[in-house]
Amino acid sequence: MEDDAPVIYGLEFQARALTPQTAETDAIRFLVGTQSLRYDNQIHIIDFDDENNIINKNVLLHQVGEIWHISTSPADKGVLATCYNKTSDSKVMTCAAVWRMPKELESGSHESPDDSSSNTQTLELLCHLDNTAHGNMACVMWEPMGDGKKIISLADNNILLWDLQESSAKAVLSSSAALEGKGQLKFTSGRWSPHHNCTQIATANDTTVRGWDTRSMRQIYCIENAHGQLVRDLDFNPNKQYYLASCGDDCKVKFWDTRNVTEPVKTLEEHSHWVWNVRYNHSHDQLILTGSSDSRVILSNMVSISSEPFGHMVDDDELSDQEDQHQEEKIKEPLQDSVIATYEEHEDSVYAVEWSSADPWLFASLSYDGRLVINRVPRALKYHILL
Amino acid sequence: MAPGPPPAAHPRGLVPPAAAPSPRGPCPRARRAGGSVGSDRHDGAGGRLPRRRGRSGGSDARGKGRKYRAGAEVPARWRRWRRRGTGLAAAPRPALALGVDPGGGRLSSCPGPNCPGPPGVQALLRKLQSLVEVPGRLRRWAAPGGEPARALRCHARARAVLRHYRHLPSFRAIEDESHAIMADLAQRLRARLRCGGTYPGLTECVEMLLQLEEPPEELCQEFLSHAGTRLEAELAALEAELPVADPSAAATPPPASDILDFVDRGSSAFVGNLCLLAASYRSLFEGRPGAGDGRLEAFAASLTARYFQLLERRLGLERGLGDTSLLVRALDRFHRRLRALLELLPAAGAEAGAALVARAARERVDRYLRALQTFFLGCLGDVRQALAAPRPPGKEGPGLPDLLATLASSILGQLKAVLAYVQLFTAKDVAFASLPYFKGEFCVEAVREGLVVAFVRWLCRTARGFADGPAERGAPAAPPALLLLLARLCLDYEATTISYILTLTDEQFPPQDTGPVVTPGPALCAEARGAAQRLLDHYVQVQGAAVAQMLRKSVETRDWLGTVEPRNVRAVMKRVVEDITAIDVQVGQLFEEGVRRAQSSDSSRRAFSVYSSSRAPGRYAPSYTPSAPMDTHLLSNIQKLFSERIDIFSPVEFNKVSVLTGIIKISLKTLLECVRLRTLGRFGLQQVQVDGHYLQLYLWRFAADERVVQGLLDEVAASAAHRCLDPVPMEHSVVELICERG
Repeated sequence: MEDDAPVIYGLEFQARALTPQTAETDAIRFLVGTQSLRYDNQIHIIDFDDENNIINKNVLLHQVGEIWHISTSPADKGVLATCYNKTSDSKVMTCAAVWRMPKELESGSHESPDDSSSNTQTLELLCHLDNTAHGNMACVMWEPMGDGKKIISLADNNILLWDLQESSAKAVLSSSAALEGKGQLKFTSGRWSPHHNCTQIATANDTTVRGWDTRSMRQIYCIENAHGQLVRDLDFNPNKQYYLASCGDDCKVKFWDTRNVTEPVKTLEEHSHWVWNVRYNHSHDQLILTGSSDSRVILSNMVSISSEPFGHMVDDDELSDQEDQHQEEKIKEPLQDSVIATYEEHEDSVYAVEWSSADPWLFASLSYDGRLVINRVPRALKYHILL
Repeated sequence: MAPGPPPAAHPRGLVPPAAAPSPRGPCPRARRAGGSVGSDRHDGAGGRLPRRRGRSGGSDARGKGRKYRAGAEVPARWRRWRRRGTGLAAAPRPALALGVDPGGGRLSSCPGPNCPGPPGVQALLRKLQSLVEVPGRLRRWAAPGGEPARALRCHARARAVLRHYRHLPSFRAIEDESHAIMADLAQRLRARLRCGGTYPGLTECVEMLLQLEEPPEELCQEFLSHAGTRLEAELAALEAELPVADPSAAATPPPASDILDFVDRGSSAFVGNLCLLAASYRSLFEGRPGAGDGRLEAFAASLTARYFQLLERRLGLERGLGDTSLLVRALDRFHRRLRALLELLPAAGAEAGAALVARAARERVDRYLRALQTFFLGCLGDVRQALAAPRPPGKEGPGLPDLLATLASSILGQLKAVLAYVQLFTAKDVAFASLPYFKGEFCVEAVREGLVVAFVRWLCRTARGFADGPAERGAPAAPPALLLLLARLCLDYEATTISYILTLTDEQFPPQDTGPVVTPGPALCAEARGAAQRLLDHYVQVQGAAVAQMLRKSVETRDWLGTVEPRNVRAVMKRVVEDITAIDVQVGQLFEEGVRRAQSSDSSRRAFSVYSSSRAPGRYAPSYTPSAPMDTHLLSNIQKLFSERIDIFSPVEFNKVSVLTGIIKISLKTLLECVRLRTLGRFGLQQVQVDGHYLQLYLWRFAADERVVQGLLDEVAASAAHRCLDPVPMEHSVVELICERG
């Protein structure tokens, strides 16, 4: 069980932004963006060598400001987008830009960690997402499984759909929608649904979750008061098109069927403070990862609402040939919805958790104090799901 | 039976003058039979006629028709037989004596001085005479409006003789005529039976028909069917009182009479009559063929079933609680009458009757449970109203302890009252209380489990519902004070009330040793405690969220970069302290103080500010020195090594300090997270510094462990320093000055 132990990596700066390298399907690689008001901010490219349990890092300078959100292109390993704070005199503006990392870092480099800090490299700016008219950028979403040319950004109360042209050198605003209503409405987060031909996104503002059609840029559903307090994050079930998870300041994680917006399908109440992040496993959607400002990461097994059939559908004929009756019973016994593990390696609020895009059994979590922890799904559960 | 003086009343054949005027006196009529051809008008006068004239009635008979003339010769023949001394004559004599003597005693025993000839002959003659008179008498008595009973008696007496001498044409004629008359009578009796009548009448009728040797099977069928109609009519009368079940009508009108009245009428009319019927049926048909095959039982069972149905429907109309003693009395009466009926007819549905009583009692208990629930909700409504009522300034409304005491005592009072009412069902003077159901099952399953335990469970569930309910999704949330009150109520239930209630119940309704398993007290207590815990946790969350919301908005909406140098504590901080102080007062009304960490011996504000000022420079140290970023990181991590992980939303203990600590933790953690999302200017940081100091000054005293408050405020300060573009902190003395100024 030695290799089930968590692997910890410490950054010198505080950090909130974490993303897997979406286009990478072989190597386990995460990107972390730092937050520092007084030093140059960095993007750490974390390579995890699964076999040797070693972390290799590469640092890129991100000099324009502290990073609040980071996301990577699904098509091009070298392209990423950040939302960052630009401070000028007495004004703070959150902007977004698309960047390209140096070619040699795209697939990881095997330089020794020692010299990497000395020759830090810089990101190449591809384009800015001009938001002067729209307000602060909350996040940038790439079209899932797309060609990396379509992105959506949320700026205050606007949804902006951009086309990246000329090898991402130019971002053209193709359409937009604004959320109107009383008071200062502000999107806190959003996700692009991988279903329905990628024509739907979901956004969160205050306690409400809304669904939008990206073709018409109109609202298609609205979950009022999805949470008692602010909704912090959303995620779509990768295998069930109407299922959506949300989390928020009421310490709860809720699972919704967007066809019925009055009641959540399921509610989890395991955290003792705000839940900042919720992520479905990309392949096994019963595995739910949540990170919270109670400094904990919780991995839950939501079998009852997953796409996985309850219990195992093994042909009876196959089974009858096998002699071990006991094992059969064990296999057939369905798993209950349960918390699989609570990870307590963090000592500060955890603002981001992400599954690896390459290994479905591996995930990373990032706490504000700059600690990145890489963990695996417990083996017993992994074999239970696989076998 | 037909009245009339017994024959022995006229020993000498002389009618006593006093008896003579009686229209029913057998003697005068018999004598005048020939003269006045069935006319009764001269009864009185005829009665005085001397007996001798009667003896010459043979000639009178001539007026009746040819047949009787032939009959008149009979005595002469008799004499001939007697003279010959044949055995033939000897044999009939006793028969005659037997047949005629009992009724017409005056004929056979009339050896008076006026009687000519030897007494034996005279008696015989008289007997013959009366035989001859039979058809006439029968005709008269059997005539409509006559006295069928006497006719029957007369016929019965004469029948054997007539049958015996059937071979003699004259006797046969008499017999035939009698038969005809009696058949006629039978027909009329049947007609009477068919058109109903009173019970005694019916019974009499059937009895007479039986004497006429009508087939008993057919008769009992008819008897039951006609009695049945009457009973049906009674049931229908009862049913008429019940309003028509109309599901479309929102509310059926209340029944005209109370339940006792209904049962009274039902039992006096229906059950009483059924008893009568059973009794007369028994006496009429007992031992007769074709009557004993359970027909009566089946008949009675179907009728009582209907009666039960009606009663059940009537019971169903009992709305609300009404008067339970009335219901108990009604059921008692019903049960007693039913028992009387069951003695006669064991198969008439004893089980069903007992079950009906049990069901009614159970139904009543259920209704009491609902009433208790309604009462509780009503009390809660009152409490909510009292909590929400606007108070004139300076005048305190009723305090939470008062409200709690009122609530608890009124619920307990109501529960006791209900138990007292329910106890009526098991009172000693109530007949059905001796049923096994009421001795065992009722006490345990209906009262203890179905009423008391169910109510306590429901109460806990309802209270819990205020915490679990989908408050955030539309429903009006319960006011926090109500949550607190209910938490205390549940806690009190756990501590004392539940065991008290259960003891009380077990005393009043002693459970049987072999009875079904009961819910143990501790299980209920655990439920109550669970509810109390859930409510108190929810209270902390609600109050914490309210304060946190204030803090969050205040941090989110402020421009921390462009703010001016702080001169005051921000108003929202004062509000936070005020709110928390108010919460402290509120919780203190219902919960004990609780324990604090012993180390806070320096518990005066003065001492604390000294203490904190001595610590203060160190607190901000990491952020002042623009040291390498690693240092900051290291310092904050070292700090964390020595502090325990703080769970923000975690279960609290049942005391004030714990509750307040929970609320403060939620509030300060919110402040921390919100500050981390902002970017601050120099004055922004200083404002956070001032606010933090102010909070520390006023909040430490509420918390169980002041280090928690301090730790969280330190983190706020550290985070603010991190998020500050120009971290120049304010002089600590200035911070203190601003805070002291308020």
